Amino acid sequence: MISQVFILSSQGDHLIYKDCILMHYSQENSLDLYLKLVGITILLSVQCPQRNKNLNFIHVRHSGLYWVVSTKDNPSPFTIIEFLNRLAALTKDYCGSLSEKSVRMNFALIYELLDEMVDYGYIQTTSTDILKNFIQTEAVTSKPFSLFDLSNVGLFGAETQQSKVAPSAAASRPIVASHGEQVRKNEIFVDVVERLSVVIGSNGVLMKADVEGEIRVKCYLPTCSEMRIGLNEEFSIGKSQLRGYGAAVRVDECSFHQAVKLDEFDTYRILKVCPSQGEQTLMQYQLSDELPCAPPFRLFPTVEKDYGSRLLIFLKLRCDLPPKRYLTFVGISQTVARALLLFSLSQELSSPEQSAELQPRSKAVLWTIPRFPGGAQLSAVFKVEVPRLSSASLLEVGPISMSFELPKYTCTGLQVRFLRLSPTQPGLSQRWVRYVTHSDSYTIRI
Amino acid sequence: MPYLGCEETVKELKRALSNPNIQADRLRYRSYITRVIRSMTQGLDVSALFMDMVKASATVDVVQKKLVYLYMCTYASHKPDLALLAINTLRKDCADPNPMVRGLALRNMCNFRMPGITEYIQQPILTGLRDKASYVRRVAVLGCAKMHSLRPSTEIDPSIVNELYALLRDPDPVVMVNCLRALEEILREEGGVVINKPIAHHLLNRLKDLDSWAQSEVLIFLMRYRPRGDDELFDVLSLLDEFLQSVHTPVMAATLRLFLRLAAAHPAVQADALLRARGPLLAACGSASRELRFAGLCHVQQVLRSQPALYSGQYKRFFCGYSEPGYIKLRKMEILVELVNDENVVLVLEELKSYCTDVSPELAQAAIAAIGHIGRTYTEKCLDILTGLLALQQEHVTSAVIRTFRDLVWFCPQSIGAVCRAVEVCGENPQDTEGKQALLWLLGMHGEQISSAPYVLEGFIDGIKAELSSAVKTELLTAALKLFLCRPAETQDMLGRLLHYCIDEESDMCVRDRALLYYRLLQCGVDEARKILLGPESDPSMTVLAGRPEEPVGCWASGFNTLGPLTCDRGASNEGLKHPQVRLVLFLPVPPGAAEGPRNTGDSQEEPGLTLGPPLSHEAFERLWVELRVLHRQTLGFPPPAAPPETLQAVLQLVKVQALAFSRCEARPWKAYVCARAGSTLVLAELLHGDPAVPDSQDALLLSVKQRPENLQAIRGFVSVVLDLTYTGR
Repeated sequence: MISQVFILSSQGDHLIYKDCILMHYSQENSLDLYLKLVGITILLSVQCPQRNKNLNFIHVRHSGLYWVVSTKDNPSPFTIIEFLNRLAALTKDYCGSLSEKSVRMNFALIYELLDEMVDYGYIQTTSTDILKNFIQTEAVTSKPFSLFDLSNVGLFGAETQQSKVAPSAAASRPIVASHGEQVRKNEIFVDVVERLSVVIGSNGVLMKADVEGEIRVKCYLPTCSEMRIGLNEEFSIGKSQLRGYGAAVRVDECSFHQAVKLDEFDTYRILKVCPSQGEQTLMQYQLSDELPCAPPFRLFPTVEKDYGSRLLIFLKLRCDLPPKRYLTFVGISQTVARALLLFSLSQELSSPEQSAELQPRSKAVLWTIPRFPGGAQLSAVFKVEVPRLSSASLLEVGPISMSFELPKYTCTGLQVRFLRLSPTQPGLSQRWVRYVTHSDSYTIRI
Repeated sequence: MPYLGCEETVKELKRALSNPNIQADRLRYRSYITRVIRSMTQGLDVSALFMDMVKASATVDVVQKKLVYLYMCTYASHKPDLALLAINTLRKDCADPNPMVRGLALRNMCNFRMPGITEYIQQPILTGLRDKASYVRRVAVLGCAKMHSLRPSTEIDPSIVNELYALLRDPDPVVMVNCLRALEEILREEGGVVINKPIAHHLLNRLKDLDSWAQSEVLIFLMRYRPRGDDELFDVLSLLDEFLQSVHTPVMAATLRLFLRLAAAHPAVQADALLRARGPLLAACGSASRELRFAGLCHVQQVLRSQPALYSGQYKRFFCGYSEPGYIKLRKMEILVELVNDENVVLVLEELKSYCTDVSPELAQAAIAAIGHIGRTYTEKCLDILTGLLALQQEHVTSAVIRTFRDLVWFCPQSIGAVCRAVEVCGENPQDTEGKQALLWLLGMHGEQISSAPYVLEGFIDGIKAELSSAVKTELLTAALKLFLCRPAETQDMLGRLLHYCIDEESDMCVRDRALLYYRLLQCGVDEARKILLGPESDPSMTVLAGRPEEPVGCWASGFNTLGPLTCDRGASNEGLKHPQVRLVLFLPVPPGAAEGPRNTGDSQEEPGLTLGPPLSHEAFERLWVELRVLHRQTLGFPPPAAPPETLQAVLQLVKVQALAFSRCEARPWKAYVCARAGSTLVLAELLHGDPAVPDSQDALLLSVKQRPENLQAIRGFVSVVLDLTYTGR
């Protein structure tokens, strides 16, 4: 049973506060207790449940906001955490995007949502299908001016290739269209999102490779009929099963949303579902150890002791993807010499748009590459001035971690063959299928 | 919270709300109401506007209604007299043709916190319970609970309780679950809602129609139900089976907990359920939400308490990601330590080694401690890594390694040589209190093998004036004295200086007393001092006892899927392992007549302690065994220890029990013959397991004791020692 729900900004301001049960102490009382308990600055590192007197506090973080629940009982942590995640997801669905500003602007809407979701501390419903009947407030959206909006317009106004792809901001608008908007866009987005975590040993051997993937549907259709999603026919689950003649697409474990009907899954690999408005995860899958393709990056590091007290780090990075693919936002960080406070850095990078900087807090060098085409090879030389350099300092040069986003690519090879709505929707309905692979943790040992 | 310009804002809002022009313009009026709510959320006291807000509640605009109700619920308790004015509007809304308006009004009316409200809400609630719209019924059912909480002292209305029980059959799933919740609240004094057989079966059959929140809650309610007989139990379990692999982690966790509870008498079923829930639990550990990840990891730790092997194959899932927060990494390391086996030890150690150079000192030290834990089983590999880490020459790493060495030396005496060599070449001394203590302990205990020991100690003694911690000073005294006993020539001078300083100049009484004690001890003679100071050293056979016993599932199942596993003090369950000295109780030489073993603390004064005495020959034992009759017979409740006979023998030797004969580990029936002397009596005992002729021994260890001359006290002492031993030795 939930006693109170808060949404706090990263500075600790109350954006939303709802007292669910008829408690007889005031708002400030318990919230201030909580803030005193964790201290908003330490909140970043504080782990999940906190106990104070007879109240348990559980919080999750989403988009720089703290979503907090207090309870007097000893509830299931999974339920509370999932509830808070769901609350954040619903807020995002209804407000379009999730930020301190959007929460502040839409607080009436969020109170309305909370009112329908929780009564007397008990979760009533979180399904958009039911909620949409009760939610009357319109979302207020803010559109900040962004240069990215202009990026689709090519030189001299010519359309670039990119315009065939749904803009990344397309899916961040409220699911309930406001009346001011003339054209209600009937869109549906099917996203295949994979998170890759890889450890490559110092000898270049792949030590661990995990993929956690999911198929997410974000639906803006006001009334949705049945949707059929066809996956690769070669898709197989588990080790024993092999299908088709093409390159097998295999996952270890796979689970589906309750609403997904699987009667055609076994033979044709078709998922049938009637999506409700908003975002939901239809399928989750995992693959451990046996990736069908090589990991997207190879790194050849050399660490040397230069003359004097200088450490020479030479990195050669190769992208093993087909040339058509590209990566966006590659960030590479490497810990160097953690105990040494003073050192300077000089760098030689292969192209001017890249940048490298020394992060004093984490004692790491961060090398940023805005765009990295497949098949390319980049190199960088870092010279780090380390006082009191000894041979032991070489041991300290830590592993290399990479974070990147790989659009239009899935590591498992999972593809959506087709996406059909039946019966066909009248009017314009647009269907988008998007693929993206994120790096959850991509580590290369030295 | 004081708020700048607070009174001004309230005045301005009041002016605006009472302005007829604004009241006429629907959108502007609503925007002012929104501003009131915004100020309320920010902590501003806007209760002065109550009257204006009551007026605003009489509207057809649902959005405005909702906002006003939100305001009223917050301030009704401040202005009960004014709130009564709003009641009329609300009661009128309760009869509105639109079910949404009816539900909204009823819900908010029940949320008013003011005395005397119950007489106004009782009638609308009773009407609401029979409303044709399920939305209103949901609200009304919870309204019953709210009404009860407003006047907790009054008697429970049996008609409402009966009505709620009847509504459990409501076609709407949320109404059904709300009934359970309301009944639970109302009947809390009487032990909550009753889950009898028809209700339990009804709930089980409806389970599929519910959404995941309701499912997990109903599953928790079902924990109260006890199926009669195994047939019903297995029917229930097979109904629940599919929920074990639910995509929704809360449902999976609640089902698993219910499984573990229902199948408490069937360990095989429990093990099977844990295995089936492994996939979903692992998925939670790899979830995108890190809070969920953390909760999943904590629950995996619980499962590992009884089934350490269950997740060994999936050890790579517990490798740390570089962007994960520290608290998740710490948990993952703790889990990795548990998962180590012969196949994965190399990879796990390599992984842990890479964490040792982490930027955060806390994580680095935790990784080193984890390697030390693994070192109790895989000593050589870990010693190599730990020794290599010393080369980093970083304070926090060195300190953690030295502390790990200290624990390792105690648990694995075979590592003494390697540790001493490593300490010898270690150039840097730890600077923190704990690290210093550990280093001093090592120097004192094994000073004869570390050639540089006197020089290191001298450094400490020279710097004692600057030392702040009294614990370090005490440790320094002990170390210096111990080193003096084995290397007197090099140490005598500095020991003298140290004692002189501590007795004459030290202000801390503890340190001073300790110094005086050692001084007087030395006056008694070096031999006396050696006898007292150089106590028992650790014994290689102790590694058998260091292994953590597998706990039965029942130990933790009751706390599964609660906040318990998340908040529990880390490593509370292996307290004994963290502080090796705690176990010393068992192994200290026992003066005759004193208590033996930790169990017999009550009437232990008369119990004679066990002594080894001259060993009994096999022939003599056989003769006596045939001659005597069984005085005491007891089943010990667990299977025989799986350790090989040599280790068992060594362990028994430690507690002064002589082992005469053992069967091989896997033999059936398994037998062991032991004997011990307690005071003047001789105790002979047989441990028997799995003998088809003796029914008691089928699934537990049967202990039969014979004795000459008879002394029941001694038997009790002996049995408790054997119990302790077989339990920890498992």
